[in-house]
Amino acid sequence: MTAATSSPATPAPKSAPKPDPKPDRVYFFGTCLVDMLYPEAGLAGMDLLRHAGVTVIFPEGQSCCGQPARNSGYLEEAKAVARAQLDAFPGDLPIVVPSGSCAGMMKTHYPHLFEGDPDQPRAIAFAARIHELTAFLVNVLGVTLQDKGEPMTVTWHPSCHSLREMGVTDEPKALLRQLANVTLVENSRERECCGFGGTFAVRQAAVSTAMVADKLASVRDTGAGTLLSGDCGCLMNIGGHAEKVGDGTRCRHIAEFLMERCHAR
Amino acid sequence: MHAKGGVADGGHHPEHGPRFAERAPDALNNPQLRRNFRRAMDGLMAKRAAQFPDPAYWAELRERGAAVKARALSKLPELLERLESNLTANGVQVHWAETTDEANAIVLDILQRAGARTVIKGKSMVSEEMHLNAHLERHGIEAVESDLGEYIIQLAGETPSHIVMPCIHKNKDEISDLFAEKIPGLGRTGDVDELTAAARRVLRDRFASADAGISGVNFAVAETGTLVLIENEGNGRLSTTLPPLHIAVTGIEKVVETLDDVVPLLALLPRSATGQPITTYVNMISGPRKPGEKDGPTAVHLVLLDAGRSRVYQDVELADTLRCIRCAACMNHCPVYTRVGGHTYNAIYPGPIGKILTPQLQGLDAAGDQPHASTLCNACAEVCPVKIPIPDLLVRLRREAVRPTEETATHLPVVKDGGAERSRMESLVWAGWRLVYTRPLLYRMVTRALAWGGNWVPASAPLMRDWTRARAKPRFKPRTLHDLARERGYLNEVPK
Amino acid sequence: MSAREAILGRLKAAPARPGPPLPSWTPPTYPDKTARFRQMAEASHAEIHDVTAADWPARLATILGNRGVRSLMVAPGTARGDALMRAAADGVPLPPLVAYDRAVEELKDALVHQVDAGLTGTLGGIAETGTLILWPTAQEPRLLSLLPPLHIAVLEEDTLHDTLAAAVRDGGWAAGMPTNALLISGPSKTSDIEQTLAYGVHGPKELIILLVKKEGE
Repeated sequence: MTAATSSPATPAPKSAPKPDPKPDRVYFFGTCLVDMLYPEAGLAGMDLLRHAGVTVIFPEGQSCCGQPARNSGYLEEAKAVARAQLDAFPGDLPIVVPSGSCAGMMKTHYPHLFEGDPDQPRAIAFAARIHELTAFLVNVLGVTLQDKGEPMTVTWHPSCHSLREMGVTDEPKALLRQLANVTLVENSRERECCGFGGTFAVRQAAVSTAMVADKLASVRDTGAGTLLSGDCGCLMNIGGHAEKVGDGTRCRHIAEFLMERCHAR
Repeated sequence: MHAKGGVADGGHHPEHGPRFAERAPDALNNPQLRRNFRRAMDGLMAKRAAQFPDPAYWAELRERGAAVKARALSKLPELLERLESNLTANGVQVHWAETTDEANAIVLDILQRAGARTVIKGKSMVSEEMHLNAHLERHGIEAVESDLGEYIIQLAGETPSHIVMPCIHKNKDEISDLFAEKIPGLGRTGDVDELTAAARRVLRDRFASADAGISGVNFAVAETGTLVLIENEGNGRLSTTLPPLHIAVTGIEKVVETLDDVVPLLALLPRSATGQPITTYVNMISGPRKPGEKDGPTAVHLVLLDAGRSRVYQDVELADTLRCIRCAACMNHCPVYTRVGGHTYNAIYPGPIGKILTPQLQGLDAAGDQPHASTLCNACAEVCPVKIPIPDLLVRLRREAVRPTEETATHLPVVKDGGAERSRMESLVWAGWRLVYTRPLLYRMVTRALAWGGNWVPASAPLMRDWTRARAKPRFKPRTLHDLARERGYLNEVPK
Repeated sequence: MSAREAILGRLKAAPARPGPPLPSWTPPTYPDKTARFRQMAEASHAEIHDVTAADWPARLATILGNRGVRSLMVAPGTARGDALMRAAADGVPLPPLVAYDRAVEELKDALVHQVDAGLTGTLGGIAETGTLILWPTAQEPRLLSLLPPLHIAVLEEDTLHDTLAAAVRDGGWAAGMPTNALLISGPSKTSDIEQTLAYGVHGPKELIILLVKKEGE
């Protein structure tokens, strides 16, 4: 007979999103990387929200979450840019972000970044409004998807910050599982960093290269021709490496993929 | 100004050797080393995961563990005084050392007074920090490591590459060659049991003849005056029981308040470190041999080492570093450590914890680019049993390296060699970045300009050169999301 | 200024920081402590034999006989040591008994190189981790459980605690610790070479637990 461990009663303090009442209007924070390099992914994110019946507002004044400066140790510069975002998203609407990393910066780091600053209460309130796109689609909007595409196989790369700062774990996969003709296969090192890390990729180029090469190898091993992710930094890194070494893996943002499968335009 | 005089902008004292980025390729290009680490780290990660099947229990336990250490730190001076007084009452002699040199001198003095010529050592990272073996050797005292891993690297003349598994960089074949060369009468053998038995034979005699034993400490309990040591091999117990003299060395941050406090930490440490529910031995020492007792050392000493820790303590944020219980889970889960191994860090403490400890104990100059040798992926913070926010502290240290916080009373930077990585060029770049990203109109102009001409930046441009060595150039799109959002009719403001 | 004053001075001058409250933590409990203990002790490579208060010396004689153990060190003046010496005198076929009856310095060679096995009692056991609690005494020295290649420990089933937390609390440990208190879980082991488990690296290669069942079972 196996002795049973009596489990303590306290529930896990997982930062699971609150079951918000379904909002009919949201802000969209596109992120600077998406703005310049992957605008179609951002647009797809907004379109997905619109298809779910939500009015999307994209404030002109937005720029960047400030993470690049923070990660380089330039906290004042990061805070100045963060403050510009506080100004660009007035009111209390949820702010949806097509990047776990930028969302993580705004949700988990803004309150600390503004410590001792008169704007800290504003930063805390702002942080509470931040949602990663796939988590918002699943947990808040409860979207249902109709797959209209051909059968295919994909694999998923979660960004470190979506996993470990935003607590987004199964949500993107839950969306992919809704697609009848899409087979999702896991790569062996799914939870391991791809080696991007912003300036890390150039400051520690050799280690970064080793990491992205391993990541791509584990993706290749799945046999899926397509890698999906919710973060354009990872996509730029893994996709850029695939292209450089002549690997045919397509690396795409999940929003763009979902739009294409379900609402082909 | 108290920056580093005479060193070029963003420079690095040559005496500290090559920076992390320059050392890494050696390890990365060594497939055997990469295999050894990958295999070992994969095993350790799986074993740890199996020990915490219930996320709710893990969360509850680590909250308790983190709070125990944080509470102890909140009253650190008081607890150290209580520890000292209770140890003294128990018959243990307590010594204080501000620096590793002082600690070495204290240990040497105790040994010389006792007429000791040979020392057997249990595993101790603090003694590595002190370079104690070399110091004793210079004074004619032979110190033999008895932890199997430490023994192996001592034979090889190397330093530990991992704080729990010191010889993890070596595989069986390498160890077999080493033993065949160094242990008289032993041939090459691929059998781990035979290798282990050979070490046992050699070290048994060393234990029996040693004049003193030296060990580290995992937890020092203030309430009872007890030193808690954990280990699997029995060498720690032997080192602290068989020789007539026992000297323990430990950092001042190892003190906890009560025996109850040790319980959650003991539940966390071996599980996090090696995936064991508990180590084979938990050795709680509360004094030397008492009259009538038949074994145990007749004298026990504890050396409390500062070596920069009280400076770390000055900054409430950075002081979280001192919660560390040295389980090594952070390095076991680190995607960087896994690929380069411990020696690339060129420091006593490698991996994520080393990246925050080395700059604080030895200075940002000595640490070089180590705070930047991380993607901030948070894998370390996710598994830390005492919730040290390692990625946040890395960011803080990156900041101290370019813009040091001054300590008002002493007018010293909070972290030694603050500003070591300061670069005028980099500051200018970030000032420009701030200007652009805080002014919406300017931002729109710049992003449109990049959309139009960004792809003409040659792959040989600074930064782009490093990026494109392994990756294609990122492609700017002709229209930004700002443009596309308006074209698709998305609103700029919340409708009234 | 001494190092002590300098260090304490710096620590005391540092900014005050509130200590967080200790969050509650509920260590596990086990409906069947013996089963859990057995499962965990065996997982850490200990061998368990169920015995009774009456038959354990004879059982031990059989176990040691089967292994070819040539000498067994015991602690005179302890309940377990004395019982074994009486049994030997009564003709139970135990291997020659060696008494740990003087200071280690006079017994070093026997302890370090000669004796095959050592027998100790225990203060109790911990179900959660399959752990033995030993509080060595003047009569039962520390090295008896460490130097011989085989350690035999006698554990009374009714001294099993759910967890270390319970043992520390129920035993009032904080009120007075012995010179040396030990928790032992399995025989000495290492995995320093390629993560491969090897036993008996410095301490005993084998641990035998004689589990004395409660009366009436």
